Amino acid sequence: MEPRTYNMLFCGVGGQGVLKAAEICGLAALRAGYHVRKAEVHGMSQRGGSVESHLRFGAEVFSPLIPAGQADFVVSFDRIEGAKFQDALKPGGVHFNRYLPLLRKHGIDPRFENTFFLGVLSRFLPLAREVWLAALAQGFARAPDENRRIFLLGAETDLGDGT
Amino acid sequence: MNTHSHSEKLLLSGDEAVARGAWEAGVRVAAAYPGTPSTEILEALAPLPEVDAQWSVNEKVAYEVAYGAAIGGVRALTACKHVGLNVAMDPLMTSAYTGINAGFVVVVADDPGLHSSQNEQDTRWVGLYGKLPILEPSDPAEALEFTKLAFELSEQFDTPVLLRLTTRVAHSKQDVAVGMRVAGPHKAFRVDAAKYVMVPRHAGPRHAVVEARLAQLRDHAEQTPLNRVELRGRQLGFVTSGVSYLYVRELFPDASVLKLGFSYPFCDDKIRAFAAQVQALVVVEELDPFIETHLRALGLPLRAKHPSFQVGELRPEFIPAIVRGEEKQVKPFPARKPVLCPGCAHRAVFTVLRDLKLVVAGDIGCYTLGASPPLASVHTCLCMGSGFTIHEGFRRAHVHGDRVVGVLGDSTFVHSGITGLINAVYNRVKGVLLILDNGTTAMTGAQHHPATGKTIREEPTQKLVLEDLCRACGADHVDVVDAMDTGLFRRTLEQRLQDDALSVIIARSPCWQLVRTRHAPPEFRREQCQQCYECLEIDCPALSKAADGMIQIDPARCTGCNLCVDRCAYEALLPLRAEPDADSCPGTCG
Repeated sequence: MEPRTYNMLFCGVGGQGVLKAAEICGLAALRAGYHVRKAEVHGMSQRGGSVESHLRFGAEVFSPLIPAGQADFVVSFDRIEGAKFQDALKPGGVHFNRYLPLLRKHGIDPRFENTFFLGVLSRFLPLAREVWLAALAQGFARAPDENRRIFLLGAETDLGDGT
Repeated sequence: MNTHSHSEKLLLSGDEAVARGAWEAGVRVAAAYPGTPSTEILEALAPLPEVDAQWSVNEKVAYEVAYGAAIGGVRALTACKHVGLNVAMDPLMTSAYTGINAGFVVVVADDPGLHSSQNEQDTRWVGLYGKLPILEPSDPAEALEFTKLAFELSEQFDTPVLLRLTTRVAHSKQDVAVGMRVAGPHKAFRVDAAKYVMVPRHAGPRHAVVEARLAQLRDHAEQTPLNRVELRGRQLGFVTSGVSYLYVRELFPDASVLKLGFSYPFCDDKIRAFAAQVQALVVVEELDPFIETHLRALGLPLRAKHPSFQVGELRPEFIPAIVRGEEKQVKPFPARKPVLCPGCAHRAVFTVLRDLKLVVAGDIGCYTLGASPPLASVHTCLCMGSGFTIHEGFRRAHVHGDRVVGVLGDSTFVHSGITGLINAVYNRVKGVLLILDNGTTAMTGAQHHPATGKTIREEPTQKLVLEDLCRACGADHVDVVDAMDTGLFRRTLEQRLQDDALSVIIARSPCWQLVRTRHAPPEFRREQCQQCYECLEIDCPALSKAADGMIQIDPARCTGCNLCVDRCAYEALLPLRAEPDADSCPGTCG
């Protein structure tokens, strides 16, 4: 287990599966034995409004919110929402706005965009493939085969940026 | 929630952890009215076979049911949001006098930052005001542990115990070690009028009991490991509680901390001893200066947040500025505004109310979203149930004549609107009261209520028929219309506004989130569009102005409700329903 803390800020618009993506990433980290914290809000803000979920894992994590400027990844499902979190990102962090074109390139159904991006995210995190697949099966009761296929597509496709 | 797991870790929210802790403590009865961020507590308890869980009509009812179960002999819990506790304040204040029998835990979830609330009140003052102990967990793991402890404290000190959460505790998740359930007590109710019958000659002596108990609780606050001194570097010593503790640990990992998990009554000796061991004492707390006020009364020199931090929630990155005593600096952060869902029947109703230029007294629910432009047709939002009563006030003010309506949702009407209707009938006010009946408590995520005919466990029950109830209350007219039929709704409303009567119109159409009916989006004919943008005035998220000034329909979001079609005077939007209407002309005759 790596001693450092990993900070992921998932963001988008209500209905895009933002919270679900963060949940599955958290379940994967939990399965790998990490201490996990996750913060988000439910209720009024979900009615088509901005949605963000903070996910952190490591050997010991305190704040459920990622302090400003410490996100390793901004996993954005919407370009405009993602752009708002530029300041959240740590220097050298990865902003998923750069991967948004891949969704169109691969013709990803909007319902599976979160699964695809989890696949992309998995390339950067110290969590084994089988841990991800188990978390995916736990998180998505429906369409297990399609979720697995799209996750693997995200995990293995050429990202076009050398990573 | 898997109750069979043993000595394993689950990823639980604070709400789920409270439910798990209550279950492990042997809770038998749990009652609540939904309210963000507390709703998921009852949702997590409802499936558990050992727990008799319910959605109550409102928070006062929930409090009394759970209190009744506790004095009736089993461990019981009620849960609400901060403003929900206001509704239950009447029983709460006197239950402090009677005490309990089996353990009684009152979970209240505050919402600093107003993620989904109408105010930012700080419930810790209720402990002071009601003379009740407060436990304040920092995260889900503590929420589970503190819930179990709360039941024990409740029985040890014969008192309701407040378990105070905030949004960042209730709605954060964490890996939590779970345990197994204990049976919990089964204590017969012993008739004891001096304890349970709060008439003046009993309540006076009970007040003395409350004061004596508070002194015992103060002693306990000194002893309990929930108030924990963590000595590290002595330069800074933080006194903090709740999620603020985690922010302090994150930003000042080498500083000393006095963490108040049992945050009322205060542990004065422990606080003084801690203060003596550090060079600078810093109080970090969200919302009101609750700890700060007490520490200042103790005469302790300290640093606390600039008053500007009393507004809004704390964030970890604020802590250094708080330590330096600086004013809050927040960059404006443009959040996308929440909006009624595509296909929502409230949109149809508010479009008509706006067109008729009515003054609309509203209250709390999804339909409060009708307040934001361009609908801008909810003009008051104060508290649950207030739509009807504020309407009456407007009528009695006689300034706006009869161009006023009161609006409530179905769940809100049952929660606290019925009394307003009866009051209007009794006091002979005229006017039009609307119940927007979407068949669920929508804003909090679709919970049942008496008029849905289902319990929290989806079991059928006697269904409250709103129109029958309104007639029984004495309304002169009760109309039930399809909320999506804007023409009929408008005609009915205009008629009733003219009548010299008290009328209730129930605008009924199921919450789109429950039915998710989809039809083909309307056809947009560019050549017909005059770019008047009247269609955008319904504030539908599926409809927007394209870069070329034309209208674009997002087919992924459009539900084909055709509300926009009705707005277009130029036939640029035409209905294109996928399924032909069975009764219509087949269109084969040319």
